[in-house]
Amino acid sequence: MPDRERLVEGRGLVFRPGGQAVLDGIDITVDRGEIVSLIGPNGAGKTSLVRLVLGLARPDAGSVWRRDGLVVGYVPQRLVIDPVLPLTARRFLGLGGQAPASLRVEVLAEVGVAHLLDRPVQRISGGEFQRLLLARALLRRPDLLVLDEPVQGVDVTGQAEIYEMIARIRERRGCAVLLVSHDLHLVMAATDRVVCINRHLCCAGHPETVSRHPEYVALFGPGLADKLAHYAHRHDHVHGAGGEVLPIGGDAAPAGTEARHDHG
Amino acid sequence: MDEFIWRALAGGLGVALIAGPFGCFIVWRRMAYFGDTLAHSALLGVTLGYLLDLDLNLGIVATSLAVAVLLVTAGRSQTLGTDTLLGIVSHSALALGIVLTTFVPDLRVDLMSFLFGDILAVTRTDLLWIWGGGALAGLALLALWRPLLALTVHAELAEVEGVPVTQVRIAFMLLLAIAVSLALKVVGIVLVTSLLIIPAAAARRLAGSPEQMALAGAALGCVAVAGGLGASLIWDTPTGPSVVVTASLLFLLSRLAPARLSLSR
Repeated sequence: MPDRERLVEGRGLVFRPGGQAVLDGIDITVDRGEIVSLIGPNGAGKTSLVRLVLGLARPDAGSVWRRDGLVVGYVPQRLVIDPVLPLTARRFLGLGGQAPASLRVEVLAEVGVAHLLDRPVQRISGGEFQRLLLARALLRRPDLLVLDEPVQGVDVTGQAEIYEMIARIRERRGCAVLLVSHDLHLVMAATDRVVCINRHLCCAGHPETVSRHPEYVALFGPGLADKLAHYAHRHDHVHGAGGEVLPIGGDAAPAGTEARHDHG
Repeated sequence: MDEFIWRALAGGLGVALIAGPFGCFIVWRRMAYFGDTLAHSALLGVTLGYLLDLDLNLGIVATSLAVAVLLVTAGRSQTLGTDTLLGIVSHSALALGIVLTTFVPDLRVDLMSFLFGDILAVTRTDLLWIWGGGALAGLALLALWRPLLALTVHAELAEVEGVPVTQVRIAFMLLLAIAVSLALKVVGIVLVTSLLIIPAAAARRLAGSPEQMALAGAALGCVAVAGGLGASLIWDTPTGPSVVVTASLLFLLSRLAPARLSLSR
């Protein structure tokens, strides 16, 4: 991605909390406006990598660079609010910082949970709560959205809706998205680039390239890889590949870049 | 009525007002054991105060602050569970405090009043400590309110959003140390945590927002203090425990309240 402005860049990241290597030599970059999906099996160190990128933890080796004044909107993996704390959605949003009421209305409508404003957070369902978290992140007008498994506890239809929403948000706001998932085929349609890790960096690149990479296939199995290729293919009509499965080469990434501009 | 009763009431209400909001954060942040540890170490403060010929209030506040700092720094190493660490500090401090009282004959006589509180013996100086210290701690808590609430909900999210999490956490622990040392006056070392958490817990079902819960906790604390003081005058029961029993009754009542009264459950 040549002309894009870099937002974050991690190089050679090693993370050994308590002596055991959770991450070993990972590179990751996110540029303005792109959606990067971070995938890997459970225990692969995805959340650790996110914490390094966010500056919540320090790497044992390697470095993380963040653009000066970068505003990050973060949706953590697990957020359970104890029932002993009385908190409405409105107050929950306010905890992220002061935001004008007009912006709040706009953002809540954007993620489709405006009707929840006065409901206690403990009575909001999984999918709606994820949207509320997203709204809190968007209220900060972020340059970069970091979403750690944003569809946890959401049913399958809801999951697809949330991913579509993320793609729409990117289109409208032009913010970059770093998306953590253990499930490539769901995030594939909306992703420009995939980084697959399993403690070390397995492979990175265009979603389709990754889905056929031997290390990826070894992790997730060939059956899934086929499904992925098929799924991705339906979204490749923009650059007119016809009915054929695209040949896989190292230069698949620019094709992905083109496809992005034809979305939505 | 005698002046000492009004002093007791003034002291007790001052403590109850500050205990409401602090108690809420103890309940929300699951820090009841932490409060206990601060309280137990206060006896050490009393003893050291006597031995070094310091003002006792000063001794208590200084020890509580020192223990708070110790817990914050020790809590960083994760080799021991937090509850284990608190248990060690809490009971060691209490035991050491009791052992040391052997060398302070005055204190041996007074031991029970330190353990279970002696609000009827509150002096004008104590009142100054309670209301002055309470106002200070209360205002500081007000200033910390939003960031502290944000990190109570989710520390890492708050940190990404720019809350200086470590500083706010330490500040809260120090303020809590002050609040605990003030509350000791009313219910004593053994029962102090109850004065913090029971009114707050009783307030939960009456509240629809964090602020409502803090205010309701303060109000219920005041009712408990007045009720306990009254009961101890009528039946000659020990004041501190009577306050706690009253608070517990209020808590039970709040549980019996019909669910529709509660705004958010």
